[in-house]
Amino acid sequence: MSRGGPHGDGGPAGPGSAGPVTTTRERRAAHGWQDSVREYVRDLRGGVRDGERGPLLVIAGLIVIWIVFQGLDDKFLSPRNLSNLSVDIVGTGLVAVGIVFVLLIREIDLSVGSVSGLAGAAFAVLNVNQGVPEWLAVIVAVAAGTAVGAFHGFFHAWLGVPAFVVTLAGLLIWNGLTLYLLGASGTINIDEEGLVASLTSRHFGSDLAAYAVATLGTGGYFLAARRRRSRHLATGMPYRPGGEIWLRTGLLAVVAFAGAHTLNRFQGLPLALLIFLVILVVSDYVLRRTRYGRRVYALGGGVEAARRAGIGVERVRVAMFMVSGTLAAFGGLFVASGLTSASPTTARAAGSGMLLINAIAAAVIGGTSLFGGRGSPWSVLLGVVVIQSIASGMGLLGVQDAVQFMITGGVLLAAVAADALSRRAQARRGRP
Amino acid sequence: MAHPPVLALRGITKRFGGVQALVDVDLQVRAGEVVALAGDNGAGKSTLVKVISGVSPADRGIIEWEGRPVQVKRPHDAHALGIATVYQDLAMCDNLDVVGNLFLGREIDRVGVLDEVEMERRARDLMRALSIRIPDVRMPVAALSAGQRQAVAISRSLMGAPKVLLLDEPTAALGVEQTSHLLDLIEGVRDRGMAIILISHNMGDIKAVADRVAVLRLGRNNGLFDVSTVTQEQIISSVTGAADNAVAHRSKGGEEAWP
Repeated sequence: MSRGGPHGDGGPAGPGSAGPVTTTRERRAAHGWQDSVREYVRDLRGGVRDGERGPLLVIAGLIVIWIVFQGLDDKFLSPRNLSNLSVDIVGTGLVAVGIVFVLLIREIDLSVGSVSGLAGAAFAVLNVNQGVPEWLAVIVAVAAGTAVGAFHGFFHAWLGVPAFVVTLAGLLIWNGLTLYLLGASGTINIDEEGLVASLTSRHFGSDLAAYAVATLGTGGYFLAARRRRSRHLATGMPYRPGGEIWLRTGLLAVVAFAGAHTLNRFQGLPLALLIFLVILVVSDYVLRRTRYGRRVYALGGGVEAARRAGIGVERVRVAMFMVSGTLAAFGGLFVASGLTSASPTTARAAGSGMLLINAIAAAVIGGTSLFGGRGSPWSVLLGVVVIQSIASGMGLLGVQDAVQFMITGGVLLAAVAADALSRRAQARRGRP
Repeated sequence: MAHPPVLALRGITKRFGGVQALVDVDLQVRAGEVVALAGDNGAGKSTLVKVISGVSPADRGIIEWEGRPVQVKRPHDAHALGIATVYQDLAMCDNLDVVGNLFLGREIDRVGVLDEVEMERRARDLMRALSIRIPDVRMPVAALSAGQRQAVAISRSLMGAPKVLLLDEPTAALGVEQTSHLLDLIEGVRDRGMAIILISHNMGDIKAVADRVAVLRLGRNNGLFDVSTVTQEQIISSVTGAADNAVAHRSKGGEEAWP
């Protein structure tokens, strides 16, 4: 499976198992264990061969970032900081997953920061000021995000306004609406014991929880990969060798159990991280394993081809903006939960685009292309860890906002440049 | 050639504003036959393709399918009859693999979940049946050569078991060896009983693979020849509308002719 592509044989790829390129599948199937390891490492690295970026470079970058910050401040890799990091990535991460859906069809949604701010404010106003039950306020806030996405999608897909302009207008409109909603009351503090606050504050205290999730994830991956392999072999088709499945499972297990162990040394598995992982698994499954997901990738690979194949292009477009709006709103609840408030100050910050830029950067750093059709929700996990590590490290060191802005912008630019370069590498090889 | 034509066009006329794109054009194709459609740029070949494929219906004229008059008003109508079109631009999703492109829009699934194994198995069978050599059906089509892409596009059009295949300039972007592979593929498809309409500029291709050649000139029929008896010069003069001109002269020199 090429990196993040929707090809059939990849597993529910974990952070370190983005999948091999299948051009080598048959060859690999015929060779021994060592060859399969060598091929797998090459796939991770990606490169000129396919113009695809493997995750290895990003993983190496992440390790460098961690070493540097740990050297500057030895609290950086403490279980406490890493545990906080695993909660802090969720708000941005959910927004970025929504961005991935839109990037896959080769569009962009610039409104997600404002929409997430709107959801937080809508929840706070409804629940705290109006006395609406929390669960209902949550549903309304998330549904507002869906509606906003439908609104953008309508203007883009049916009226033909470029998505970038629609959502740029949306950025201002929804930010304005947020400030308007909060205008009368100023900062609203949400219930610290409530449902939304517990999204980021709740941890599963028992050590078992984290290990159970690690076991389920690793075991589920292994069984699914084995099942696919045996189905392929049963019909006489080649598949990646069994040794490679063991290798991938082993790497996944190391990452999963090391993570679980670290989290257990602080407060245990955070609820936020669990929700994030579930959403990643579900969205990856939908995109790569279902007929609907195939249409999404097809649209990113060629609108005309998709149209001729009878795919309702407009409907898919609207749906993707709805997904993006929904996840932006959901992510916004996590942001509000982390702050336990919704305030004009944070709303203005959301309008300034920091969350938007972080979300786009997370998606692109992880390997989702701005040029459509390439990438996966899993790319967000790697990307958002990189982004949040930089933010967290700079926070620990007390780096001022001005410098943080420049560094975050620079990281986004570097990621986008890498994306454009890999696209050029494809073009050089005669691909359109 | 005793069968009735699968597809017959009679008196097809189409105008765009003041321009007569097609005037009383007739064309027939039978099962197991390759009819080449030749003509200069602007002769109306593409317009005729669009009429047959339902993209842009004719103003007047009759389309007969297996002897019965039918309406082809939309691409869907053509599709439902069993007419498959491979356009020059191929229109494939570069990011999807060969299997994904072959089954695009007609995926095999179980309650919405793709059955990749079955799709891959059928894709392999199809590639083998057509003797198409592709390194791996799980390669993204972006990584294929122009000839392989063309072959995949043609095999995709065969997925719906059509009876008539329209090929719009399939060899235009191909090298010599790729062209010869493609012509083999076209012959293979014909031998499976398909009726093929091959739009081409290339006299060599027409001579190599077509049974008959229909020439369009300025939107009208300008000759229908049996390829086994006609000479290249005759086709060219019919295309250009002159028995004796520079193009015809030039091509007398060798096989490598036109354009």
